[in-house]
Amino acid sequence: MIDIFLVAIKAILVNKVRSLLTMLGVIIGVGSVVLLTSIGTGLQVYVEDQFAALGTDTIYVVPGTPFSEGGGFGGSTSMIESTKPILKKEYLKDILRDNRDVVKDGVLMAIAINKAKYGNNEKKISILGTTNNYETVYNTKAEKGEWFTKSNNEKKDQVTVLGPKVAEEFFGEVDPVGKNLKIGSKSYKVVGVLEEKGGGFGGPSFDNYVYLPLETMYEDLDVQYIDNFTLEAKEGVEIKTAIKAVERTLLKDLDKDEFTVVDQTKLLETIQGILGMFTIGLGGISAISLVVGGIGIMNIMLVSVTERTREIGLRKALGATPSTILTQFLIEAALLSLIGGIIGLIIAYLGSLAIQSFFPARVTMNAVLTAFGVSTVVGLFFGAAPAKKAASLSPIEALRYE
Amino acid sequence: MLLEIKNVAKHYQIGNNTIKALDNVNLEIEEGEFLAIMGPSGSGKSTFLQVASMLAQPSSGKIKLKGRDVTEYNEVERSKLRNQEIGFIFQQFNLLPRTSALDNVALPLLYAKVSRSERDRRAKEMLEKVGLGDRLSNTPAQLSGGQQQRVAIARALVNEPSIIFADEPAGNLDSKSGNEIKQFLIKLNKEGKTIIMVTHEPDDAQIAKRLIIFKDGEVIDDSKITTQKQIEQKTKSVTSEVIKKKRK
Repeated sequence: MIDIFLVAIKAILVNKVRSLLTMLGVIIGVGSVVLLTSIGTGLQVYVEDQFAALGTDTIYVVPGTPFSEGGGFGGSTSMIESTKPILKKEYLKDILRDNRDVVKDGVLMAIAINKAKYGNNEKKISILGTTNNYETVYNTKAEKGEWFTKSNNEKKDQVTVLGPKVAEEFFGEVDPVGKNLKIGSKSYKVVGVLEEKGGGFGGPSFDNYVYLPLETMYEDLDVQYIDNFTLEAKEGVEIKTAIKAVERTLLKDLDKDEFTVVDQTKLLETIQGILGMFTIGLGGISAISLVVGGIGIMNIMLVSVTERTREIGLRKALGATPSTILTQFLIEAALLSLIGGIIGLIIAYLGSLAIQSFFPARVTMNAVLTAFGVSTVVGLFFGAAPAKKAASLSPIEALRYE
Repeated sequence: MLLEIKNVAKHYQIGNNTIKALDNVNLEIEEGEFLAIMGPSGSGKSTFLQVASMLAQPSSGKIKLKGRDVTEYNEVERSKLRNQEIGFIFQQFNLLPRTSALDNVALPLLYAKVSRSERDRRAKEMLEKVGLGDRLSNTPAQLSGGQQQRVAIARALVNEPSIIFADEPAGNLDSKSGNEIKQFLIKLNKEGKTIIMVTHEPDDAQIAKRLIIFKDGEVIDDSKITTQKQIEQKTKSVTSEVIKKKRK
């Protein structure tokens, strides 16, 4: 067996250029599968890290049931329905009043899109209406100036706090604090600029929002509904217990399928699920190139068998059995594919290092093992037909072949 | 009795025609014999070589090697039999290209599952025997035709077969190299090796001790070799008959 192995290795080495060309398909196939899955996996890890940065004691109350069984979006209520005004300000008050032992604080949020203008600079922006305790619940401090206050909210003052990206877009080098930003038809005084935070659940980054006091937003922007409550569980409280308690309070006013109380893990699961599908999808698309690579191997091996007909005949005349010849060609195909796989893997690894600065790509051990396994199987599968052809050649015909 | 061929026939079916490549061939070959097989092209001498060397199975008849009936052996059994009992020398040398002389000679031992060190030792010994002890690592492309055929002879001898089949061993060589090879075959036969050689050159045939002439798939002459002239006469009469037939 080892000897047949060596014979196969020699056959590969004897014709290096052809062997390399044969491998090319597998190199590209394995390379793209590993590189693309590494991008997918890197993305998942990146999202995980982002969530970890947001804190683990945060609970969200959202309308409808966007997180159906199994973790995907869908469920009985569609996304559009779920934006109907279901959540009310009073519910948050109820939650905070009834669950003092488990919930530390809570903030409500409404999101709107409108035009904003400063000087000649006019743009569409995302507006997040909230209350002053957003600062503590989301742990987001003002880098310049300060957050609007509780009384700003109650009095519906026309003040705003800007995310750092928005601030830079409108004001550039100018310090925005004290300046006026026009949103819709009214003018708002900038009281603070937030520190950089990133994230944003697939929507715009938190850094891109313009923050308004909720009451001001309701008054000025014709917004009715609340997008979510964000609650902060008390330290040392089991997050599941807190979720149960919040649900109990809300069930007094709402039906079971009108709202969902989730924590980070549920959100994370959903997003991981999507990214997982994304990764599989990317891998699947690039797997097509792997199949093409396998066909390439089959092609060249068939040519090679024809070309080496005399050699095969001679080997058979000298005592090689059909199964020995079969094994030799199968090993040759599998090795070609495997070496191609290894080269592809190295290229993918280098590629992932190269894009690391733009994109969080990550080559996992799983991807490496899969690459090895798949390329060997591809070689064996597509090498079977040529190997069979070689094994079934008659020694007389083969020796006579010119 | 080393090789016993009894009523052997080999028929090929091409379309509706049955071609009798061999018909009712009977031969008994003792150990140490040196046969020259002659005959015009299409006479069946090549087919005889294939059947007698276990490369092909006869359509009917019996083949016994060392008393064993090997007629019904399957492909795997015949592979093993060829590996152990038969040595081949081809007109085209049939060496593996880009492979060293040593590895070429060791090839039959590879399939006999001999260990690597033993293979190398025996292959080296054989190459020394054919006078190529200093060319072990040369590839066929780096060797002359005569040297290549000597490598092939070393390969035919390496697993100590009981019969050597040679198909026009000097056919592709210049007369000097051809003579070297012939002298070598004579020497091997003197050492006791049984050789069956197919040739169409009376000059080559005279190194053998027994002459078999094939015609239309049958043995028409089986005699002791005397001189080149007699061989020429015998083959000429066969050839002229063939030519006459064709003219008709």
